[in-house]
Amino acid sequence: MHLPAILPWGAAEGFSKQMLLVLLSVVFIAVFFVLAARKQQLVPGKLQFAGEAAYGFVRNGIAKDIIGGRDFIKYVPLLFSLFFFILVNNIYGAIPVFQLPTFSHVGGAYVLAGLVYVTWIAIGLKKNGLRYFKLATVPSGVPWYILPIVIPIEIISNFVVRPVTHSLRLFATMLAGHLIVMIAGSGIEYLIMQENVLLKGTSVLVLAGAIAMYMLEALIMVLQAYVFTLLTAIYIEGALHADSH
Amino acid sequence: MHQLIISAAAEGDVNPLVPNGWEMLVVFVGFAILFFIAVKYVVPMFEKTFAERAEAIEGGIAKAEKAQAEASAALEEYKQQLTDARTEANRIREEARAEGAQILADLKEKAAAESARITAQAHAQIESERQAAVVSLRSEVGTLATTLAGRIVGESLDDDARAARVVDRFLADLESQNAGAAK
Repeated sequence: MHLPAILPWGAAEGFSKQMLLVLLSVVFIAVFFVLAARKQQLVPGKLQFAGEAAYGFVRNGIAKDIIGGRDFIKYVPLLFSLFFFILVNNIYGAIPVFQLPTFSHVGGAYVLAGLVYVTWIAIGLKKNGLRYFKLATVPSGVPWYILPIVIPIEIISNFVVRPVTHSLRLFATMLAGHLIVMIAGSGIEYLIMQENVLLKGTSVLVLAGAIAMYMLEALIMVLQAYVFTLLTAIYIEGALHADSH
Repeated sequence: MHQLIISAAAEGDVNPLVPNGWEMLVVFVGFAILFFIAVKYVVPMFEKTFAERAEAIEGGIAKAEKAQAEASAALEEYKQQLTDARTEANRIREEARAEGAQILADLKEKAAAESARITAQAHAQIESERQAAVVSLRSEVGTLATTLAGRIVGESLDDDARAARVVDRFLADLESQNAGAAK
């Protein structure tokens, strides 16, 4: 059920399996979309249709719906890259040979959340200038005597907690799912080793539970890629329209 | 597997929240490459296809609308031409009718004049012939009457001027009698 190379967050040195998978995901995504987009037929073939549907999901379902306006297209490359990068790297955890969601190692999640953090603050500053920090932390329509409480909360929630939750949400769900499947696997192995036939038989129950958890985990892998990208779009939209919030 | 769990337990001091720098670098580089490909190739290519498709559909609609407009313009023109032709035909028919009536009137007038002329000529001829007949009759009647009277009386009145006067007087009386009877 498991490749031996998986040492949890080990491999402090050298080129680990996690790194290999990350680079492979870039190859998979790039090859698939470039092949799908290359022909550019008005009436798409199967591959082109699949590519357009996947691309259109991020373009229309996330970028256009959340950011909207005329220039949402500027942010499509970022959202597109984020969604499919995270999706493929998560799905690794559900594929038998790979069996490692790469974001169960926290480094990658920090990097992506950090990039998004820098991006939306830069967008907010570019759009509104330094006034952006006031717009983002001082909500309009709040009585002055509540402001001393509200402003610190806004600062903490927007500029401190936000990138942390953004990265840890992805990392924690992936790690937890990975652990559950791994523990179920070792549990089954342990039970099957038992001399007692009845005890041996209970491994079937664990197997059923493991399969259910595997399905749930596969769902969460897709969902987390969507959630991460959706939140990115919401942060960018908030930075673009800070004055109307 | 036991060994794995043991080894994991042995590494219990490794905090999962502390990232591995090399992994972060790999993710950063990998994502940067993917982002570059998305900006440079994937998004422009898909957007180009979408734009072309939208243009093809909108172009088709525009073309159909243009054809529709042309067709209705042509129909309008034909209707206009048809109306013009009808008006023209009516006008020509009216003209022809008027002209025909004019011609007919002219001919009638001409015929009437001609018939009047012929009638007048005939009257004149008849009158002159009657005049001639009257003249010849008068001389003949005179001669016949004198001859007859001579025979009855037994004496010749031929060379007698008196006889000629008697005849003339008689005829004049006769004419005046006739004229009185006619009245």
